[in-house]
Amino acid sequence: MNLLQNFPIGQYVPGHSFIHRLDPRCKLLYVLIFAVLVFMANDGLSYAILALFTLLIMKGSSISYRYILRGLKPVWFLLALTFLLHVLMTKGGTVYLAWGWLTVEAEGVRQAVFISVRLALLALFSSLLTLTTSPLELADGLERLLHPLSRVGVPVHEIALMLTIALRFIPTLLDETDKIIKAQASRGIDFETGGLWKRLRNLVAIVVPLFVSAFRRAEELALAMEARGYRGGEGRTKLRQLRFTWRDLLAFGIALILFAVIGWVRR
Amino acid sequence: MESAPLIQFENVSFYYTDEFGEKLPVLQNLNLTIAEGEFVTIIGHNGSGKSTLAKLMNALLLPAEGEVRVGPWKTGATQEVWKIRQMVGLVFQNPDNQIVGSTVEDDVAFGLENIGVPPAEMRERIDAALKAVGMAAYAQRQPHKLSGGQKQRTAIAGIIAMRPRVLILDEATAMLDPQGRKEIMELVRRLNREAGITVINISHFPEEAVDADRVVVMRQGKIFMQGTPRNVFADVTRLQETGLDVPLAVRIQHYLSANGVPIPPLLHQKELVEELCRLFLNR
Repeated sequence: MNLLQNFPIGQYVPGHSFIHRLDPRCKLLYVLIFAVLVFMANDGLSYAILALFTLLIMKGSSISYRYILRGLKPVWFLLALTFLLHVLMTKGGTVYLAWGWLTVEAEGVRQAVFISVRLALLALFSSLLTLTTSPLELADGLERLLHPLSRVGVPVHEIALMLTIALRFIPTLLDETDKIIKAQASRGIDFETGGLWKRLRNLVAIVVPLFVSAFRRAEELALAMEARGYRGGEGRTKLRQLRFTWRDLLAFGIALILFAVIGWVRR
Repeated sequence: MESAPLIQFENVSFYYTDEFGEKLPVLQNLNLTIAEGEFVTIIGHNGSGKSTLAKLMNALLLPAEGEVRVGPWKTGATQEVWKIRQMVGLVFQNPDNQIVGSTVEDDVAFGLENIGVPPAEMRERIDAALKAVGMAAYAQRQPHKLSGGQKQRTAIAGIIAMRPRVLILDEATAMLDPQGRKEIMELVRRLNREAGITVINISHFPEEAVDADRVVVMRQGKIFMQGTPRNVFADVTRLQETGLDVPLAVRIQHYLSANGVPIPPLLHQKELVEELCRLFLNR
């Protein structure tokens, strides 16, 4: 059960690269900007430019390519499926292959390649965000970016606080899960063998005590927070101040250039 | 200690209501005065009402009957709950369930953020508080990587950063190992002596009471005994009748003198050892 001890929170890789040191707000916005760019691109050249740009960012994050690609594991299946569907379903142009009613046509291949590149780039780019930004910074950045929404009644401060508290308690609850598993195993519950149904039923013996204790923790935490003068987001100051620097300015400058280039190159 | 009362309980009663709507009395007609600068230890059984006492002191609970006065305010009749909570800090039993921040310094900042301290000043206060509890080297650590004693010291730093006048420990050492317990007791004793913070230590370890200015013994929602540790623990029989433990040294002294060994009343293990050695040498 050492797996639980080393459970990675998010997939953040600490570092001091240019990308790491960008303001989290800048990085969050950049993911949006990049998504727009990816959807603007519609031919080989514009995709190539964006791919090159992503490669540059990967290089700039000084995280190994292999590690970054490993983080994309869950996306591979989706990519393959999208590719296959587009190849088979989109019609038009020269017919390359025909097998009964299944045909592979030129337009289909083109679409399949473009759409999967699009998806891959988006997945890669957003994983770069979580790889280079600590969850705490992300929560802070989100709170600040979404702050205007609090005027229309969105509980932005509460959501951000929930996020940070959840992050704070993940290791605590993992430790606890570990303890419960050992305690139940020592009482004879077998988690390792048996059919799926039996194993699922045995999980109840972990989940129930875990929930009970989580609720107790929540209650005590709420009391402790109140005792320390917590009364919602109003009038609250923050220790962590986010500051835009020349780095962020440079990053936004590059974004503008990219917009111009893609707008010019695309068909 | 001859100074103005900082916290005053006047005829305070408190009830919890159970699931059948029955009132369960927790505190009955309680009177208690805490003076500025005092170090008071409150001992008693589970359910004797000692934790309720703590929560009444910083307006987490309000008295059902009677009055609790904290500084210039009455807790039941004031809008200044936040000022009361800034003035009276509370450290709870479970270190894991009172740390909010993802790092030590974020947690110390939490209370300061709540009371709206400007960020620049916050920095100074956090550094000073962490230094005072000996946790300055751990500012960037994640709380789950700390020992129990370190977690409680972090919690105490979070409170003294708010510059309270009273620090209440609500069984804050109950979940710690002996080493952690010693660390915390030494720390609060120093805060009391050097920073002049009034300390109220609620505990069920009688050993923690021997160095207090005053011991308050709670039993069934009432104050059963109170006085200097020497006076309170002198009455070993009465304490033990109620099932309360007394410090080991006191117990041994009591048994020995009851069995004809001439040892004067004492409190500390060290005194006991010295007395026994003296007896042994003068045999």
